[in-house]
Amino acid sequence: MSAATVQKRGIVERLTKSWLYIGLAGVALVSFVRIVTDTDDLTGAGTIRAAIIATCPILAAALGGLWAERAGVVNIGLEGQMILGTWGAAFFTYHYGPWVGIAGAALLGLIGGLLHAIATVTFGVDHIVSGVAINLIGAGAATYLAEAIFPDYEGGGPRQLNGLEAPAQITIPGVSDLANTIADKHWFFVSDVASFVQALTTNISTLSLFVFALVIVSAVVLWRTSFGLRLRSCGENPQSAETLGVNVYLYKYVAVLISGALAGIGGGFLALVSSSGFSTGQTGGRGYIGLAAMIFGNWRPGGLLAGALTFGYTDSLRLRDTQSVHALLLLVGIALLAFAAYRAYRGQITGAAVVAVAGAAVLAWFLLTDTVPREFTVMTPYVTTLFVLALGSQRLRMPAADGRPYRRGSAG
Amino acid sequence: MTSERLRSIGLSLLAPAIAIVLSILVTTVVIAAVGSSPGDFWSTMFEVPKPRLRVDILNQTAMIYIAAVAAAIGFRMGLFNIGLEGQYTIASFAAASFAGAAYLSGLANVAAAIIVAMAVGALWSGIAGVLKTTRGVSEVISTIMLNSIAITLVGYFLNTRGVKEGNTVHTKNLEAGSTLGGFAPFEDRDGEIWALTIIAVLVGIGFWVLLNHTRFGFDLRASGQSESAALASGINPKRMILISMMLSGAVAGLIWLPALFGGARNYGTSFQAGLGFLGIAVALLGRNRPLGMLFGALLFAFLSVKSNDLTFGTDVSPSIVQITQGVAVLAVVVTYEVVRRWRTRLEQRTVSRELAGANGATS
Repeated sequence: MSAATVQKRGIVERLTKSWLYIGLAGVALVSFVRIVTDTDDLTGAGTIRAAIIATCPILAAALGGLWAERAGVVNIGLEGQMILGTWGAAFFTYHYGPWVGIAGAALLGLIGGLLHAIATVTFGVDHIVSGVAINLIGAGAATYLAEAIFPDYEGGGPRQLNGLEAPAQITIPGVSDLANTIADKHWFFVSDVASFVQALTTNISTLSLFVFALVIVSAVVLWRTSFGLRLRSCGENPQSAETLGVNVYLYKYVAVLISGALAGIGGGFLALVSSSGFSTGQTGGRGYIGLAAMIFGNWRPGGLLAGALTFGYTDSLRLRDTQSVHALLLLVGIALLAFAAYRAYRGQITGAAVVAVAGAAVLAWFLLTDTVPREFTVMTPYVTTLFVLALGSQRLRMPAADGRPYRRGSAG
Repeated sequence: MTSERLRSIGLSLLAPAIAIVLSILVTTVVIAAVGSSPGDFWSTMFEVPKPRLRVDILNQTAMIYIAAVAAAIGFRMGLFNIGLEGQYTIASFAAASFAGAAYLSGLANVAAAIIVAMAVGALWSGIAGVLKTTRGVSEVISTIMLNSIAITLVGYFLNTRGVKEGNTVHTKNLEAGSTLGGFAPFEDRDGEIWALTIIAVLVGIGFWVLLNHTRFGFDLRASGQSESAALASGINPKRMILISMMLSGAVAGLIWLPALFGGARNYGTSFQAGLGFLGIAVALLGRNRPLGMLFGALLFAFLSVKSNDLTFGTDVSPSIVQITQGVAVLAVVVTYEVVRRWRTRLEQRTVSRELAGANGATS
């Protein structure tokens, strides 16, 4: 027993340390690029604030994906559930205020999840097929319900509902000012960290904090409770779980319902925090980006947080000046070359060569041009995901029974 | 024998029938729930469409049908080509740019543009095929990513290379000689059935012949039903995945061409997005069968086009039919699964009864 604890602590320590080192190296690199290219906007508090706002919906959707897929149900319907969430948030916020609005977003997403669970768990329909149908229904339902109900509301029209009350924002007085002072000095490393702290402590939406808290809650519930263990066992080997007395259908239902609710909350965030109201087609494929972030993060909470932050950061940069996006090319180039060096060190020569060529190409792009077209920033999450999948598919490990049909009593 | 055959036909029609009833029910409930009149809605929807709408319905049916066949090629092989949307967007743009540049004239230009569209569609879906065969990347995820990449890429090229006109951007207009127009079955003002809707007929027949009368079609169906059995009978699974993925993309490239050469004349605001997902839905509705998908495409086109009448006579907004379509797809896949399970149980019971009878006779 004591040996087990020691070993466990060892793993935890190693993981946190390596994540910490990677994070520190990342900040140093960003800081270096900021100073070399003279683009203070790259880590300005404004940019980071925008990045946090762009991250949250992706993060919520990614968490939704995590819950469903850990229980063995692939949820392509995240996009549809998210769309339902935007409508739910608008409707309930209009009547009862923002927090009931968020609950309403979760409820609408949950209804989408319920449809998915009925189709895939009870009736054994293919998960992708059901997900595609739910995306159709979600988009159709939100459009129709908006057209039918919102024109009669104040600030509403057939395609939007504006002027919704947002959840409260909070500022931590002392820390915020101190961080602001340090960030304005533009020192190497220190100021970058300071502006991150500043963004986190100044006028941050309570809903953002709530979404980040959900990552921790999900990680703890899924990996540190017996409920989570049973849920994950349904995703790895449902037949074995069944022989141990786990009610696989129940766990899958719970997981998919939570998944839908989380995607709905992501949609609610879009309607209440990212913008000041509902509009049709607001999600713009963020459900799919959430799915991508989850895969990028190897079906782990820490990884999907990193994925969502990366995608959120690039998403926010496209709204800001093109110069900082151009500076980002240098960052990506250096990062790719560093990764190539690491691969060469590990003896994976072909892989290293591919990455090095990509890195050199990005660097050349940086040196030869002055701006990056907006569209290329939009594409970043998708291209990144394809690259991660293509290069790291051996390293990625999804739940073993993910997407497989399961019927009660099919064990031996 | 004939009664059994009748019963099996009845059973296979049962699922779509239940699905249609269910989607009618759900639609009615949703309309009633927001306080509109379901009666008005259904009486408007079931009126005989005016000639202009009849032409529209046929044109839409053709495009949705091509999309459904493209999806079905993948489905029969056990591949989910969710990327139809991206494939036909980028292929339509490429074909419109090529035809607009007028390197050739008249029909030769049209024929070349069709080839360009198919090639671009095949190349785009081929990326997902190569990723799957060489790196084991799920085609579902890669085609979703490729959809978004294609749509942004087309937006970029349109903005940088397109012709600006007021607030809109589009590719160069086709020359008069390359516009095919069509055939007007009613008065001229009711519009034309586009000439290239013939592609839908050809693609449908081609799909049927390919599946049922060629070695490749047999390999395709075998791989779709059991990969291990297919491998054992000498089929190279990687080659099959790549070919069927590219074939699916090539057909997807054709989806919007009837409209391009019929009425649109350029790629711009006239481009109709969303046909790829409708095609996937119709393929599911029609069980990937050439005839089943034809009925599905006709039903979806009818719903989409006829819903335009709703704005005049009722307070129900046309987007309600999106719910009807979505519910129909979900209901049909669920009921097929239920009917399949029920049929298996029925067969098991028959077999066990016959076995028991045989045992009783011998002992």
